Amino acid sequence: MTGLPNLPLSGGDGRFGVSPSFLDALAGHGPDPLTQPPATSGGPAMSVPHGTTVIGLKFSDGVIMAGDRRATEGYSIADDRIEKVFAADDHSAVSFAGVAGQATELVRLFQTELEHYEKVEGERLSLEGKANRLAQMIRSNLPMAMQGFVVVPLFGGYDERRGEGRLFRYDATGGRWEEEDFMSTGSGGKPARSSLKKRFRPGLDREEAVRIAVEALRDASEEDVATGGPDPVRSIWPSVKVITSEGVEALGDDEVRAAYEALVAEDR
Amino acid sequence: MSFQPYVPPEQLMKDRSEYARKGIARGRSVAALEYADGVLFVAENPSATLHKISEIYDRIAFAAVGKYSEFEDLRIAGIRLADVRGYSYGREDVSAKALANAYSQSLSAIFTQQMKPYEVELLVAQVGDTPEENEIFHVLFDGSVTDEHAFVGIGGSSEELTGHLREGYQPGWDLAAGVRAAVAALADGGSRQIPAEDIEAAVLERTSHRRRKFRRLRDSEVAGILADGMPATAPVADAEAAEEAPPSPNGSDPAG
Repeated sequence: MTGLPNLPLSGGDGRFGVSPSFLDALAGHGPDPLTQPPATSGGPAMSVPHGTTVIGLKFSDGVIMAGDRRATEGYSIADDRIEKVFAADDHSAVSFAGVAGQATELVRLFQTELEHYEKVEGERLSLEGKANRLAQMIRSNLPMAMQGFVVVPLFGGYDERRGEGRLFRYDATGGRWEEEDFMSTGSGGKPARSSLKKRFRPGLDREEAVRIAVEALRDASEEDVATGGPDPVRSIWPSVKVITSEGVEALGDDEVRAAYEALVAEDR
Repeated sequence: MSFQPYVPPEQLMKDRSEYARKGIARGRSVAALEYADGVLFVAENPSATLHKISEIYDRIAFAAVGKYSEFEDLRIAGIRLADVRGYSYGREDVSAKALANAYSQSLSAIFTQQMKPYEVELLVAQVGDTPEENEIFHVLFDGSVTDEHAFVGIGGSSEELTGHLREGYQPGWDLAAGVRAAVAALADGGSRQIPAEDIEAAVLERTSHRRRKFRRLRDSEVAGILADGMPATAPVADAEAAEEAPPSPNGSDPAG
């Protein structure tokens, strides 16, 4: 491959073919997002905001990703309206629990990575490919995770080749598993999962699935101090994203509120 | 010991220019023009996968003629530059001007320092919030940059092409009028027919609700536009027009 003496970012690097990875493009030319910390022992020396509970579940047309809005710093509430569910591209979304600063940067990097691949190659990465790429990025964060800066994502998307929604969970080491029905992670992940387990059945329609998602987050907020529940007084609603063949749709507060009110009515 | 005979620099540059021009003239041309909703690119390109027109960033597109391997190299370098800039700073800090300058620097260095110059000619365009804010930069094989307005043709027969575009150009054309004029200009002023499947067309669409304004026109869309314009002569592409549109990549904004 011919070199481009002055263009700062030629893709060649002497290897065969051009890498479609944004991370490769960034190496040595931009800020290093995965900077590793100096080796210390023990947990993080400082307290940083943590995002708490996120869930994902499949329904008839695709997959729903949802999260509460709270970030905590020790025993304080750092933020009551934080966003933890992000569209990764047109047909997938990523949500996270764990250190908020690290996680938002990883999400931004992941979004850029997917878009970069799409532009260079002229076609989108497969859903499987996106899920694997995310696993590699989480794995590269392992030294940080070892020092307490843990980020654990959920990844859901509509697989255009298979024509169905799919859901993946991860652990802090970059382990990646595909889920059949639903998954939750974060400090309120356990109660949320119990709730989902009771309510979930295959082939839910959209309205039911949104209601189940809101219910699971509400249940988690009742069991876990770090999870923020729906708050009609201050108008704080969980963030819910619906991913289908049509794309990623962020639900408006009205629709989430309606789901919550239906839930409350059911309880009476 | 070997030594090179003295060649005057004027002669050297002249030879290189000639070499590059000849290479570029072998390929087909690309036309770009501003229309009501943004910037339109049209090329005659029988390949459906080896593109001459491509997306660089949210509001920026790239078009090239000449040697594929060379402009592909430049295209990817441009995407890298744009994505690294956008990631390091902000999305609105990526500009066509910076890209055109980078291309200019690179091509100029290659032209003077390397054995052979790149046989390419590029367009870098950016759609603005208003038609006045559109930008089109034209970069030549030797690194010279010009700032174009309204319409421009690049490639071997660029002068005739630009001439044909000039003949009927009207600011504020809708997309269909723009496509018809560009295709006619590419077809030597309408003296021959280019089948719709050999047309590669894309737009930077200001009115798009998506963050990424670049959109390729499907063959069926181009065929529809061309058939509308010339009902008497153009074959109506029924099969293609009826073809189911692929799922539109709408959805919400990934960077939102």
